[in-house]
Amino acid sequence: MLRISCPWCGERDETEFRYRGDASRARPAPESGVTAFVAYVYERDNRRGWHLEWWLHVGGCRQLLKVLRHTLTHEVRWIGGAGEAPPAPEDAP
Amino acid sequence: MIPPAAERPETSSSTRTSSGSYSAWRLLIEGLRGQRGWSRAWAKATARPHYRVVIVGGGGHGLATAFYLAHHFGIRDVAVLEKGPIGLGNVGRNTTIIRSNYFHPDNIRFYEFSLQLWEGLEQALNFNAMVSQRGTLNLFHSEAQRDLFTRRANQMRLLGVDAVALSREELQRRVPLVDLDNGRYPVLGGFLQPRGGTVRHDAVAWGYARAAAAAGVDIIEHCEVRGMRLAGGRVTGVETPRGFIGADTVCLAVAGHSSHLAALAGLTLPIETHVLQAFVTEAIKPVIDVVLTYGAGHFYISQSDKGGLVFGGAIDGYNTYAQRGTLPMAEEVAAAAVTLLPGLARVKVLRQWGGVMDMTMDGSPLICKTPVGGLILNGGWCYGGFKAIPAGGFTTAHLIARGTPHPLAAHLDLERFAAGRTVDERGVGPHPYLH
Repeated sequence: MLRISCPWCGERDETEFRYRGDASRARPAPESGVTAFVAYVYERDNRRGWHLEWWLHVGGCRQLLKVLRHTLTHEVRWIGGAGEAPPAPEDAP
Repeated sequence: MIPPAAERPETSSSTRTSSGSYSAWRLLIEGLRGQRGWSRAWAKATARPHYRVVIVGGGGHGLATAFYLAHHFGIRDVAVLEKGPIGLGNVGRNTTIIRSNYFHPDNIRFYEFSLQLWEGLEQALNFNAMVSQRGTLNLFHSEAQRDLFTRRANQMRLLGVDAVALSREELQRRVPLVDLDNGRYPVLGGFLQPRGGTVRHDAVAWGYARAAAAAGVDIIEHCEVRGMRLAGGRVTGVETPRGFIGADTVCLAVAGHSSHLAALAGLTLPIETHVLQAFVTEAIKPVIDVVLTYGAGHFYISQSDKGGLVFGGAIDGYNTYAQRGTLPMAEEVAAAAVTLLPGLARVKVLRQWGGVMDMTMDGSPLICKTPVGGLILNGGWCYGGFKAIPAGGFTTAHLIARGTPHPLAAHLDLERFAAGRTVDERGVGPHPYLH
């Protein structure tokens, strides 16, 4: 069971949240071309390690959170709002 | 249903194995001789410096690819590199179900090809894989679901695949343990694919390994690929703890880990890795003689020959490489189990485990060339890889040997995403955690 500390609600069980995938992708500019948009929509780094991801607090405040979580240990290192960015990782994958 | 032009493997084994031929007669003779005449099923190989084909991953698809390459396509200069021992990955972690009840015509043709190969597999491999066509029964619980399942069954029948509608009365006789009158999700009926069923998964790994080794393939265990050497846009070999192994063609068959192995060659794939759990109960007397699936939740169950109930549900739902599940999904699966089969409420779960899956952006696999020359990909199996092992192995071997995709797997390429022809059976779009 993951415990996710929502900045608005406090620490809650993962069952209150819905996973919404990789949060590290940035939408390309409108004129970036097909290749850039195919990469944005379909391709994923799928890291074995620290992974920045979206979690929606559907069973709480309904805020969209950014979570930095390790995909092997499930350790959560950082949680912030949708517009925030995690501090630069010391051990970037 | 299967295009006549489609190349298919021979139905009987002609290769001689170091362990001799397995038969009822041999079993009897060995029984009389105190079981002293058995030798190892397949010989452990040491890596040579170069192979025509190196297959990374000694799971079901890797071993099947090697077997068909050597046995059908005559390419025997093949090595299978496995990071651990054979049979401990997903090929030994699934719920052993085989079926071809899909809706998308390309899926029906591909999985039906696989089901037909399962039907002749034991003769082809000379190995008892315990192929049991006990039927796959999908229950439906609403009018809308009846329409959806009817549409799927009609699509299957149009392509010559078996699908039979069962009434509540027939279900009462066939699966008396099911709570047909459940207050929240009453069962309205079901669809049976009589040729679906289960296969002993460990026997699949061992049967393919034995037959591939007999055909000349080197199976090298404890040989993890940690790097890939490229020259001029082509792969030239792989780096392992046992040194560099050169290859004309490298095939990745490492579903669950495709992304980080492809990253060694500089590729980014349309894949997320997720964990799927499976469960086995203590052994009880025979109570379920089909593969039964629940329509009001994600749950499937069958009974092994030992008597244990083997069951599972959906993926946990977030990226992970940890080969264990978490409790919320275990609870959800258990809830579905006792909603559908209240009589099981007091049966104890003996074991639980997890395997990591390549979840693709459209829920369909990848059997294709990659932008790197000589690098072939077999992956993206989501949680349907086991049933596809014979067809996946054969079509991957075809792609390696002939240089062109097998007609039944030509749609499983990487270009389909950019070209807008995704094969999205569930119709949920590019969200791997929903497939």
